Amino acid sequence: MAYFRMTQMALKWAISKPATNPYPFAPRVIIPGSRGLLTFNKDTCVYCSVCRKKCPTGAIGVNRHQKKWAIDRLRCISCGYCVEACPKDSLALSTSHGSPAVTKDREIYQGEMPAPKAPAAAPAPVPAG
Amino acid sequence: MARTVIPFGPQHPVLPEPIMLDLVVEDEKVVEAIPKIGFVHRGLEKLVEKKDFHEFVFVAERVCGICSFIHGQTYCQAVEQIMGVAVPPRAHYLRTIWGELSRLHSHLLWLGLLADGFGFESLFMHSWRVREKVLNIIEATTGGRVIFGTCKVGGVRRDIDTAAMQSLLAQLAVIEKDMREIVDVFLEDNSVKRRLCGVGVLAKDDAYQLGCVGPMARASGLTQDMRQLGYAAFGELTFQPITRPEGDSFARCAVRCGELFQSVDLIRQAAARLPTGEIEVKVTGNPNGEFAARTEQPRGEVVYYVKANGTKNLQRFRVRTPTFANIPALVKLLPGCDLADVPILVLTIDPCISCTER
Repeated sequence: MAYFRMTQMALKWAISKPATNPYPFAPRVIIPGSRGLLTFNKDTCVYCSVCRKKCPTGAIGVNRHQKKWAIDRLRCISCGYCVEACPKDSLALSTSHGSPAVTKDREIYQGEMPAPKAPAAAPAPVPAG
Repeated sequence: MARTVIPFGPQHPVLPEPIMLDLVVEDEKVVEAIPKIGFVHRGLEKLVEKKDFHEFVFVAERVCGICSFIHGQTYCQAVEQIMGVAVPPRAHYLRTIWGELSRLHSHLLWLGLLADGFGFESLFMHSWRVREKVLNIIEATTGGRVIFGTCKVGGVRRDIDTAAMQSLLAQLAVIEKDMREIVDVFLEDNSVKRRLCGVGVLAKDDAYQLGCVGPMARASGLTQDMRQLGYAAFGELTFQPITRPEGDSFARCAVRCGELFQSVDLIRQAAARLPTGEIEVKVTGNPNGEFAARTEQPRGEVVYYVKANGTKNLQRFRVRTPTFANIPALVKLLPGCDLADVPILVLTIDPCISCTER
C-alpha cells in the first residue's frame, strides 16, 4: 500500500504545458498519411465507373455519357477503396478533413465534353435545268 | 425486507454504450440482476447478402469501434482459410503489430473509464493522454485513428517502411515510460486498492463454467489466450498469458495493466523480426465452404463463423463477441454486491455493447 502515488505526476503536470492542442486557436497537427478528404481530378478521369462499383457505401455516382462524377460527402467513409481501384489515378485521399458537409446535396464535377461534330456540308444545289 | 427493482442503464454515466440491467435490491444489496441487450442492434450480419466478400471487410471493421482492426483481421483470416490463400509473412507481422497497437489503445481507454468510474478524474485524463499518443502512431501508419482500414483479404493495404518503424519504436518507448507512471498509480495507490480489492470475486471454476474469456478469465487464474493458437505471427513470438489468481476487480485491472507492457514487448519482437517481401497476394475467385476463426481481442476471444457458397456474397456470417461471453459472469457477480459497486463490476468486464449487438 502506498499513499500519494498520484502526487508526483500531478506536480509534474502542474508545471508542464497542457497535453491538448488549443484548436481552433492553434492549427491542427496534420499527420502525413492520414486518410481524409477524397479529391477528384477531372482532367485524367475516363469515367469508367470502377470507383462507383467499388464504393462500399454507394457515395460515388458516375455518368459516362455526360462525363459527370459526383460524390455524397455525408456517405463517404474515406476508406480509400476507390483510390486503390482507380485505373487512371484520378482519385486521392488528402490529409485535410475538408469543410463540414451540411447538406445532402452531391458534389458534382463536370468533365470537358468533346466539341460537337460539325454538321456535314450541305450538298451543292443542283443547278436547275 | 421489501425488494425494489432499480433499472441500471441503458443510459448511465459509467456506461459508454447502452446495456440495461434490472437490479433487484434489498436495502443496499443486489440480490438479482436481469440483463437486457439489443439497444444498438444494427443488423451487420445480414449485410453479407448485399456486400461482396471483399467489401465486407469494411463492415466487419465497423462491428466495434475499439477493436476494429482485429474484427477485420479475423474476418479476413476466415475467408483466407476458406479460399486457401497464403498470406505473405510480412502481412502477418504487420497485422500482429496493428493488432497489438489496437490492444494498447483499448486497454488504456478501459483504464481511463475505470478511473472515471471510481471517481479518479485526473487518472482518467492521464490514461487518455497516453492513449492519444497510441492513436497518433496508428494514424501515421494506417491513415485512420480508430478504423484502421488496412486489412484486406489476401494481406494488408499499407506497409510500414524502415523509417516509419524506427519512429514507431521511438514513440513506443515514450509511451511505455508514460504507462509505467500511470500503472504505478493503478497498482500501488492505496485509494485505488481500497476501491477494487475484494470487489466482485469470481472463482476459477465459476469463470470456467460460465465460459469467461479474455482478461476476465485470466484474472480468475485461467490460462487462456487465443494468441497462443499462433495465428498471424504470434506463433513465432515469445509470450506468456498474464494471469492473476485473485479473481477480483483489482486482478482484472492488474491483468490489463500487465498486457499493456506485453503488447509493447510483442510489437518490439515483431518489429525486430519483420520479414521483407510482399504485403498482399492477389485473390481471385469466390469462396466456397465454411470456417470458424478465433482470435484474441482486447476483451477476449472472438469467434467468426463464415459460410460461403461460391458466389461473391457470403451465405452466413456470425460473430460471437467477448462481451457476450462475459455477461453470464457479470450476472453471477452482481448478486450479493453493494449497489455502489455495480458500476465498477459492470466496467471490469470491459463491456463493448456495439460488438455484442452488431
